[in-house]
Amino acid sequence: MAKKLRTRKHKVVLNRSAGGDAGITIVLALLGAFMFLPMIYVVMQSLKPLDELWMFPPRFFVRNPTFKNYRDLFMLMNTSWVPFSRYIFNTVFTSVVGTVGNLFFSSLAAYAMAKIKFPGGQLMFRTVRTSLMFHSTVTAVTSFIIMSALNWIDTYWAIIVPAWATSLGLYLMKQFMETNVSDAVLESARLDGASELRTFWVIAMPMVKPAWLTLIIYSFQDLWNKGSSIYIHSEQLKSFNYAIGQIMAGGIKRAGAHAASMVIMMLVPILVFVISQSNIIETMGSSGMKD
Amino acid sequence: MSKKKAVIRSDMSRAQWTWNEMKKHKVAYAMVAPYMLIFTLFTVVPVLLSMVISLTNFNLLEVPDFVFLDNYIRLFLDDDIFIIACKNTLIFAIIVGPVSYLMSLMVAWFINELPPKIRAVVTLIFYAPSISGQVYLIWGTLFSGDSYGWVNGILLDLGIITSEIQFFQDAKYVMPLCIVVALWTSLGTSFLSFIAGLQGIDRSMYEAGAVDGVRNRWQELWFITLPSMKPQLMFGAVMAITSAFGFGGVVTALCGFPSVDYAAHTIMHHLDDYGGMRFEVGYSSSIAVVLFAIMIGANMLVKKVLSKVGQ
Repeated sequence: MAKKLRTRKHKVVLNRSAGGDAGITIVLALLGAFMFLPMIYVVMQSLKPLDELWMFPPRFFVRNPTFKNYRDLFMLMNTSWVPFSRYIFNTVFTSVVGTVGNLFFSSLAAYAMAKIKFPGGQLMFRTVRTSLMFHSTVTAVTSFIIMSALNWIDTYWAIIVPAWATSLGLYLMKQFMETNVSDAVLESARLDGASELRTFWVIAMPMVKPAWLTLIIYSFQDLWNKGSSIYIHSEQLKSFNYAIGQIMAGGIKRAGAHAASMVIMMLVPILVFVISQSNIIETMGSSGMKD
Repeated sequence: MSKKKAVIRSDMSRAQWTWNEMKKHKVAYAMVAPYMLIFTLFTVVPVLLSMVISLTNFNLLEVPDFVFLDNYIRLFLDDDIFIIACKNTLIFAIIVGPVSYLMSLMVAWFINELPPKIRAVVTLIFYAPSISGQVYLIWGTLFSGDSYGWVNGILLDLGIITSEIQFFQDAKYVMPLCIVVALWTSLGTSFLSFIAGLQGIDRSMYEAGAVDGVRNRWQELWFITLPSMKPQLMFGAVMAITSAFGFGGVVTALCGFPSVDYAAHTIMHHLDDYGGMRFEVGYSSSIAVVLFAIMIGANMLVKKVLSKVGQ
């Protein structure tokens, strides 16, 4: 029952002047260059041989592209004290477990808030919505105290459990369910004797696939991009992103390997977005705040 | 007398009704329970806890004493660096917030009329920097302080400057550069939300507008498009404000900590300094409470402004 977004081919456009079109194209091109060129530069840097990285005057484009930087990167990985596979495991493990939990708990709560009228539901949702208004640094210090009280410092739990209940995840899911899951269908399922949990899982969830994907991607990106955390001290529990950062710390000889590592790090979220773009945009269609 | 009784009775029956509703929807509470438990523990409790701790001199080692408003008095009257941090935070947020918001809206609006395939590619180009983790570090390479940094190299080669500029070590350049980098990574969730909002506007509204005398695309934008996507504008504003206050990590990664002459020292850094390094938990909690109040205040203000759109 998901409402499809109109993808309009505006050919019959009203009130459009050629001058305006030209102006808009120019502004868009300039902004596009501002956004795009640094990304290209990362890729260029990662393909440059040593003498091109350190040449004067520097060139934007690479002349003799080589994959040597990537080979160097993997060699550096092999020489690290903690095996690199361990860092990769840490990031993949926390990303996957955190994302799956977030999808499950947030959808479950979103469904109850969107589709069951119970005392306190609105209040809970408003509280979550309010929390979108402040950045998590505000709570960093006191969260640390809570983590120590739970004895979760230096464990995966400190990373994973808070990721199970993200405000944005619940917010987007609830808004999307409200507009895209019809009450009539739920009502008839309930009349047929389906339990609330079954209605949620069998009827509602299949209708909100775009919102799932969006939630998965947001959650995954967040966890994937996590660098060093104040909760983690042990080298063996640190993230891939942190380890990559250490390569940079190795000084100027590693500039090429560092560029290669940035390309690898950015490739994953970008690929994920390319695959899921239309679903995310569809989810955002119901992201609005009414009051 | 009888009136009073009626009020009391209706009150009681209301409580009774609520109780019955709660019992009827037990399963709903079970469904929200895991989420709300975690959310409360890691979001609600920390905010409330920092409000309480900000009134004490807690330092993780000794038993804390209540000092009431001492931390706040010290913060505003006796901490020059905090005042610098406040100033920088506000400059940063006042530029980055609105500019990234308008940029998101403008780009989303510009690309709205492109064919879907091209629009998808352009969306990716503008959105990619915000999801690429630490790729913003490339700005450190572009503006690096030696002649191999691209900008310095070009400027030297063209003879515009005679010696390298230490971009990230010079108080003059630090703040503007950080703002540029922050803007570069800022076309995130609000941007996607605007794209979706624009897509969802009913085409017939535009035709009706043209009949009613809308003469150019700017009038169309103000009288039809923006009012139709107000909910998205609101959501986008919340996202933009929150991230405009959250760019401390970018600054630290590019300029080091503390930045030269505290030129890009924000409230977030101050918080990190006292909470994460000096363990003055009471004092850092008062910083967190001030930051919290500023963020909520900014959101309220923007909400008011946005309610005027299209009027």
